Amino acid sequence: MGHTQKMRVWRGDAAGGGFVDYDVPVEEGEVVLDAIHRLQATQANDLAVRWNCKAGKCGSCSAEINGKPRLMCMSRLSSYDPDETITVTPMRTFPVIRDLVTDVTFNYEKAREVPSFAPPSDNQGGKFRMNQLDVERSQEFRKCIECFLCQNTCHVVRDHEENKPNFAGPRFLIRYAELDMHPLDTVDRKNTAQEDAGLGYCNITKCCSEVCPENIHITDNGIIPLKERVVDVKYDPVVFIAKKIGLRKDSGRTPVGPAGGGPSPIKHPEKFADS
Amino acid sequence: MATQSAVTPGQRSTERAAISEKTLRTDRWWLLPLITFIGFSAFIVYSTWAAFANHPSQYYSDPYLSPFYSPCFVKGCPSDINWGSLDIHWRWLSPAIYILIFPLGFRATCYYYRKAYYRSFWLSPPACAVAEPHKSYTGETRFPLLVQNLHRYFWYFAVLLGGILTYDAVLAFMYKDAAGGRHFFLGVGTLLYVINAVLILGYTFGCHSCRHITAGRINNFSKHPVRYKWWSFVSWLNKHHIRWAWLSLVWIALVDLYVRLVATGHIHDYHHVFGAVSTAVGH
Ligand code: SF4
Ligand code: SF4
Ligand code: FES
Ligand code: FES
Repeated sequence: MGHTQKMRVWRGDAAGGGFVDYDVPVEEGEVVLDAIHRLQATQANDLAVRWNCKAGKCGSCSAEINGKPRLMCMSRLSSYDPDETITVTPMRTFPVIRDLVTDVTFNYEKAREVPSFAPPSDNQGGKFRMNQLDVERSQEFRKCIECFLCQNTCHVVRDHEENKPNFAGPRFLIRYAELDMHPLDTVDRKNTAQEDAGLGYCNITKCCSEVCPENIHITDNGIIPLKERVVDVKYDPVVFIAKKIGLRKDSGRTPVGPAGGGPSPIKHPEKFADS
Repeated sequence: MATQSAVTPGQRSTERAAISEKTLRTDRWWLLPLITFIGFSAFIVYSTWAAFANHPSQYYSDPYLSPFYSPCFVKGCPSDINWGSLDIHWRWLSPAIYILIFPLGFRATCYYYRKAYYRSFWLSPPACAVAEPHKSYTGETRFPLLVQNLHRYFWYFAVLLGGILTYDAVLAFMYKDAAGGRHFFLGVGTLLYVINAVLILGYTFGCHSCRHITAGRINNFSKHPVRYKWWSFVSWLNKHHIRWAWLSLVWIALVDLYVRLVATGHIHDYHHVFGAVSTAVGH
């Protein structure tokens, strides 16, 4: 059975905007994105909304519904009270382009700053062999659909615009973790993760994990293990001594980023583009 | 190749959607931080009081020694159970202080407790998608919060303390009579001690640093099957780390309270003392 859904949608662009109220007829079994589409088709033809798969897999329809960062296509109307007004806004951490569409360039720049996967030069006859057990941890992070809801929710940048140059955000911190845990990688990203990607800014308050639609354990399986790895190379005197006297083997990986003597790609994107 | 602008769109953005509300959440997002705040505050108040209510007749009742005072190694500890008689200079300082400082440091640097108190005490952030009140934020990038990185050192001490509290649970089965003879003993308190040891160990071994040490830091599990097994077990404990953290916190305070109530005669510890297993030799 359908009903009339009261909706409050943020309309506007970078110059300004505000909430507009609508009554939208909806059907049973629909999701918020359906309601937004009907609104666009019948009452607000110029409403801007980004979407693609309607199946929670493309990561395009990220928005905030009743203040919670969510995918619109995965938010069932039946999980709200039929009488309540559903408020929909664009993600609040990124520059707004129009209405519900934001400019997520920040994330693509952070992605480019992660030192890429560096397999061994001997390519083992064209076939790298890995044991499933060894790549399982990294694979969890490959489920990411790049919806950037975690990036949007993380208070480090959400509440502090000035931190954006210094902080890669949870989605990319798990990329650092993914590669650092990879059995075939040959570079060491621990120093650059801490110094350039701003791992230390994260205070493990877990909002990224809370909003991730893929249920990736961003904090427990990615960020915290990465923090522990960083302690090994930067803050643990016993590990330091153990390495000096040969009790702990060197990983054999080459440090990259400023630890490797190069410029920090993260604070100087223009230098990075030139190189 | 076109040079890229030094300023990213993200950096110059005051161009976010103009929304003035600190949050648009309509659920009771404040409930969890509030409960956490009340819970931790209650524990801090209670344990401070317990650390200063420090006459042996308050914290020891054969065979129960309050876990806040174990191991008892300063002058004035009941002779049955002391591990030493260190003469502390500041008499007013409770013997509990020397012990509590370690679990306190361990829990204060624990990844779960950090999350909990950053949210509920420091409001950074109070809840997800709720704006924090602070003007600037540097997280754990500098002193003093950089010290959180030493968590694993507190973990080493915590393992030691976990061992001692397990030993205490064993001692809670052992009653010493006035003549010094030992008896097998079973009381309500004994059970509380056993549960206490289990909870403390479950919390300690579910630690993220422990997870790192067992195998988390290596990249080829397949070559270290035993370490991988350990890691899997620690990961299993770690999944419920929050539960272990709370249960062990509440429980240790309850055990302390129980011992006090028994020691001061407010409640009766139902128990059975079995025949002597040894008599006082050389006492
Ligand atoms: S856990 Fe860290 S990265 Fe994730 S939202 Fe919180 S501060 Fe950001
Ligand atoms: S980690 Fe999760 S929340 Fe973050 S971008 Fe990937 S899928 Fe989205
Ligand atoms: S439309 Fe693809 S994730 Fe929602
Ligand atoms: S992470 Fe909680 S005790 Fe180490």
